[in-house]
Amino acid sequence: MKVTGAQALFKSLEGEGVDTIFGIPGGAILPAYDPLIEANIRHVLCRHEQGAGHAAEGYAWASGKVGVALATSGPGGCNLVTALADAKMDSVPLVAITGQVPTPVVGNDAFQEADICGITMPITKHNYLVKDANQVAETIREAFHIASTGRPGPVLVDIPKDVLLQEITWNWPESVDLPGYKPTTKGNLRQVRSAARMIMESRRPVLYVGGGVIKANASAELFKLATEGRLPLTTTLMARGAFPDTHELALGMPGMHGGYTAVTAMQRADLLIALGSRFDDRVTGQLSTFAPNAKVIHVDIDPAEIGKNRNADIPIVGDAREVIANLHAELVRQQEEAGGIPDRSEWLAQLEEWKTTYPFRYDQPVDGPLKPQFAIERLYEATKSEAIVVAGVGQHQMWASQFWKFTEPRTWINSGGLGTMGFAVPAALGAAAARPDKRVVAIDGDGCFQMTAQELATSRTENIPFVTAIINNAHLGMVRQWQELFYQERYSQVYLSYDVPDYVKLAEAYGAVGLRAEHPDEVDAVVEKALSVTDRSVVIDFRVDSREMCFPMVPAGSSNDDIIVGPEGLRRTNDPAEAPVA
Amino acid sequence: MSMSLHTLSVLVEDKPGVLTRVAGLFAARGFNIDSLAVGPTSDDGLSRMTIVVQVDRKPLEQITKQLNKLINVIKIIEHDEGDAVERELMLVKVRAASDDRQRVMEIATVFRVNVVDVTHSTLTLEATGKPEKLEALVELLNDFGVIELSRTGRIALARGDRGIREKSNRARVAAAGAEDWNGGGV
Repeated sequence: MKVTGAQALFKSLEGEGVDTIFGIPGGAILPAYDPLIEANIRHVLCRHEQGAGHAAEGYAWASGKVGVALATSGPGGCNLVTALADAKMDSVPLVAITGQVPTPVVGNDAFQEADICGITMPITKHNYLVKDANQVAETIREAFHIASTGRPGPVLVDIPKDVLLQEITWNWPESVDLPGYKPTTKGNLRQVRSAARMIMESRRPVLYVGGGVIKANASAELFKLATEGRLPLTTTLMARGAFPDTHELALGMPGMHGGYTAVTAMQRADLLIALGSRFDDRVTGQLSTFAPNAKVIHVDIDPAEIGKNRNADIPIVGDAREVIANLHAELVRQQEEAGGIPDRSEWLAQLEEWKTTYPFRYDQPVDGPLKPQFAIERLYEATKSEAIVVAGVGQHQMWASQFWKFTEPRTWINSGGLGTMGFAVPAALGAAAARPDKRVVAIDGDGCFQMTAQELATSRTENIPFVTAIINNAHLGMVRQWQELFYQERYSQVYLSYDVPDYVKLAEAYGAVGLRAEHPDEVDAVVEKALSVTDRSVVIDFRVDSREMCFPMVPAGSSNDDIIVGPEGLRRTNDPAEAPVA
Repeated sequence: MSMSLHTLSVLVEDKPGVLTRVAGLFAARGFNIDSLAVGPTSDDGLSRMTIVVQVDRKPLEQITKQLNKLINVIKIIEHDEGDAVERELMLVKVRAASDDRQRVMEIATVFRVNVVDVTHSTLTLEATGKPEKLEALVELLNDFGVIELSRTGRIALARGDRGIREKSNRARVAAAGAEDWNGGGV
């Protein structure tokens, strides 16, 4: 069968089981948009390529499948860069397809030409420039294989216009052969036995659960390991929902704005069992004082993460799901042999006491001002675990993670590693496209929202509704918090304004429903109204107290032992030199 | 711990951009590559790079792991000192008019290097050997005046009967905790 390169592209995408892609057409990618009309694939026409990229990420987070973004050459590809870097940092499986100027003029500074392979080399897992249409099918197969296996990540495929038009004989390769890419998925069993022995010897163990557990779909295995081994656990920002927050063994989120119990449990632990987590600086604080008495079992599919920041006593390279299942079986066997679970009642009682003494807290005065945490808590009470929550980056993201109780994996989506403001609205669009059966709620900051709000238009025209709750504090709130704490309250370029733009009017202009709550007693009614709308998107403008700060807090570069649980624990520095570096 | 020189042999697929990918990893972490030599191997479609880099042990471990993650990288080994045959080729153009000519020729004989080009005022020598030998030669030739020189950078093969694909990198395997780890990317 004769096909063009462009037809081969869509036959390949269909062959990979793709049902939805996000993109914007343009000159060099034009030949691909013609056969798209016949393809059995939904194309969501976004308003900005960054939006298409984040939407593909949201789709991947929510569905567990590979997200696909399509863009033209030059500026189209360049606008995808932030989303690719975000996907690289957070290990999101993504395939981006870009048009390129025709091969005879590649390197000629042709109109809308950019060396997108060169630009994206350090922020993709791999990328390709396809120079012959006969390689389209093979390249797409490889791209999906690389994006979705091992440690997932973004792959970019750049296809010049003449290659999209080139006529070839269709051929679908049966298998993928990549001699330099053979991820180790099966953990070494002897190491697993040693790990179980180390757990048996531990009196103060903590499971340090990271995003790899979500990526590996290992929540069921994790639940067995934690509950049958009576092992308390922390779930990082990337792992929220991997284990139910409502369970007594759940200690919540560790890290810079994590809970006192999660942070301190890791500091006092005699054993950390790191599962698909990478000892990121936002979790460890000052590395040299992090969990000083803990031995470390480190399970990760990426050998480069093991020993990168913290040495592992027992390293295990493998897929989290397989290794956790093996570890669970081995631990249960050793527990039976030993006649039961080791006595850790003292440790568990200590953790319980910290949980009671140091919960996340805030004070909502009856007559206002509205506190951001209150708005988020009421939203949680109204939706519970029925919703998929998507966050941007900043204070609102931390509050959302703190006050939402997640019970299922893939119900929390955010930008962790790269910290991409503007992530929430397009990622919510992608999540809603992937899971039309679920209510999707974006919790966003007013600063974040304005970076990518144009995708509300996409939501309306493509009929992909979701709720966006803007935690509007009229500021770049996290930066404002740092200036208050570490720059002697010298506020520099952080004020945005409560009412420019008027978010209710803006929502209405985009064909969404706009709502506003300024006082605590308005919150429930507004939330109820928002959730009653199902045929279009809703934007809620929660006008909250701009002075509210996010606690607990471990200042950057400080030891986790110096966690500040609330505003009363602050020691404001008067010396700018003491201001920690972000 | 002071920084020391390490020699890596990297077996790669001969694909466009592979040199940029490898060099880019070093650049992204701020490491200086001392020398990098690349050429075809006896296997079709595979090239071999020899990279000499000045770096501490710990960051070196991280960079070999990161290199291993590149899809086009098949195998990496680090050569322990004394455990590999290391050679380099140098072409050097040196002033050698009337009186000096004989003396330069004598040095060439002692170092067993070939004269590959002659003019009235210069000799061009082709020297092969360990990097230390080439440095010693340049040192002597400096007395006459070196006009220009070009070096290939080091290439290396491990001593013994096994090729790069059969060898395991013990340090890395231990760090990864998988004896059966095949060194494949991630």
